[in-house]
Amino acid sequence: MKSSDYMTPVETPTANAGRQIPDTFDHQPNLLIEGNNALLLDSGVSIGPVTIAYQTYGNLNSDKSNAILVCHALTGDQYVAGIHPVTGRPGWWDNVVGPGLPLDTDHYFVLCANVLGGCMGSLGPPEINSQTGKPYALSFPVVTIADMVRAQALLLDHLDIEQLFCVIGGSMGGMQVLEWASRYPQRLFSAIPIAASARHTAQNIAFHEVGRQAIMSDPDWCGGDYLRQDKCPEQGLAVARMTAHITYLSDAAFHRKFGRMLQDDKEITYGFDAEFQVESYLRHQGSSFVDRFDANSYLYITRAMDYFDLAGEHNGALSQSFKNTPVRFCVIAFTSDWLFPVAESQAVVRALNANAANVSFCEIETDKGHDSFLLNEPGFFDVLNGFLRGAAKHRGLI
Amino acid sequence: MLNEENEEVKKYSRLSDGIRVDLKLVAALVDPNARVLDVGCGDGSLLRYLVEKKNVDGRGLEISQSGVRACLLQGLSVVQGDADTDLKNYPSGAFDFVVLSETLQTTHNPLVVLQELVRIGRFAIVSFPNFGYWRCRWQLLVRGHMPVTKSLPLSWHATPNIHFSTIADFLDTCAEKNISVERSYAVNQRGEPIRFGGGRFYPNIFGAQGVFLLTAGASKTADELVAG
Repeated sequence: MKSSDYMTPVETPTANAGRQIPDTFDHQPNLLIEGNNALLLDSGVSIGPVTIAYQTYGNLNSDKSNAILVCHALTGDQYVAGIHPVTGRPGWWDNVVGPGLPLDTDHYFVLCANVLGGCMGSLGPPEINSQTGKPYALSFPVVTIADMVRAQALLLDHLDIEQLFCVIGGSMGGMQVLEWASRYPQRLFSAIPIAASARHTAQNIAFHEVGRQAIMSDPDWCGGDYLRQDKCPEQGLAVARMTAHITYLSDAAFHRKFGRMLQDDKEITYGFDAEFQVESYLRHQGSSFVDRFDANSYLYITRAMDYFDLAGEHNGALSQSFKNTPVRFCVIAFTSDWLFPVAESQAVVRALNANAANVSFCEIETDKGHDSFLLNEPGFFDVLNGFLRGAAKHRGLI
Repeated sequence: MLNEENEEVKKYSRLSDGIRVDLKLVAALVDPNARVLDVGCGDGSLLRYLVEKKNVDGRGLEISQSGVRACLLQGLSVVQGDADTDLKNYPSGAFDFVVLSETLQTTHNPLVVLQELVRIGRFAIVSFPNFGYWRCRWQLLVRGHMPVTKSLPLSWHATPNIHFSTIADFLDTCAEKNISVERSYAVNQRGEPIRFGGGRFYPNIFGAQGVFLLTAGASKTADELVAG
């Protein structure tokens, strides 16, 4: 497999530059739990047994009060820190989770599970349906963000963790955080939704639709049945990834990294090869993505995000989703994020304020776009550190 | 205008616990263990003081990212937002005390802000620089310059203050808007409450700042106020 750079920051991290990446964490084989009962999904379909692949970092304390659940984004996975066993590269939040880092594994028990519908071991479209002996593919039921959260709650039951100290995540991970806070307010002490939104906007859905159409119009998609036909809609999935990747950055970030620079400083050739560096970069993003991600999973997970509208079940009144919430919130947004703009986070904050909830909110000034939550933004780390320390104090962890 | 022999106030006035002296008077008016919203909380020094010394359940609202970061680094709960636009999101009576310290004069619509404060809090504590302070009057009347004082330290072109008022103006406004002034203090340049026999004439001349404890509801007349 090629190396994964699905969440490789455009900016080279500076704080960790040159840092020897310690393989601090033993990578257990995926820990699998089999739900005894089928999981009833939002769509009304039951599915099971449910397999959830997850990773843990740090140690659970004796009263099980120091657990932090990390929710990963659309194309992330449970390999948050250390060296990813598949790609051989650092985990996607290697700069945030670890000893002495904001999610300090010397103090917290950090866990992350592959989402329901994913393709890194949890139950999803590429998995074999035990009843048919074939991959689910499109026979997999459509799942929602709430279904993903239900599956994570099963994992907590399995680990016998009654209440999480914190649930944290960026982008789609932040959607899960909001769903957690809304659905299981008693099961979390604090919540940190980052670069997130309580609903997918028309623009968000539009970009996802472009990605899905790219996949489904690839002849090798085979109506979703490519695994059995030993094919892979590589072109379609790569184009989907290229489109999406643009939305994760910003004009300023692209300009700083590539400008109008040409590959190998050659002259323009009046053709359609990847002449500009930015083209080459995007093509690489696309082609490396197909090595580690399942096309049908991409369809299902983007759909789950599209369906997300937390206020929907309360006739549009988002504040009802957090009625009398006991959870301490820290909502974080990035000023140059045009995919999940600051205004979306502010809507969440307004809804929380309407409940006089304990909420902190900070706009991090950066020009690096949506993916800033994966980068070493000093202001972002300050906020994470400060909030977690304050919450830990109130929880009696320090 | 110091109309109460408040032991707490006297005690706090003697202390200097790392917060601005004028904030100690504000802090003295807050009950222990109360729910407090500090609007325009800056770097969180008052909020931290209240959390540590009075064990309040404290929240902040602050417009600047640097202020918000400073608050969060201290473990305080603070929302980045604007007093002019964001107070309407809070439910009525959500807090015991809503503090607006040295911020009213920077808001675009101080009347709306004032009314929101007494709606959200059982009590509102408001402090602002008194434009009727004699040094201000002197500088304007004799020297012909916009006042620059300890309470109003910046030149006309650099100040964030856009709605200046005097203590007398403020009291009139509260009366007009049915905001009840429960306690009122004039404080000197060092932030210490100063005593006067009565009336609002002298406080409005010698008070560098005014500090007021407000509630929604029928206002007393200005004369009753001063008499306490």
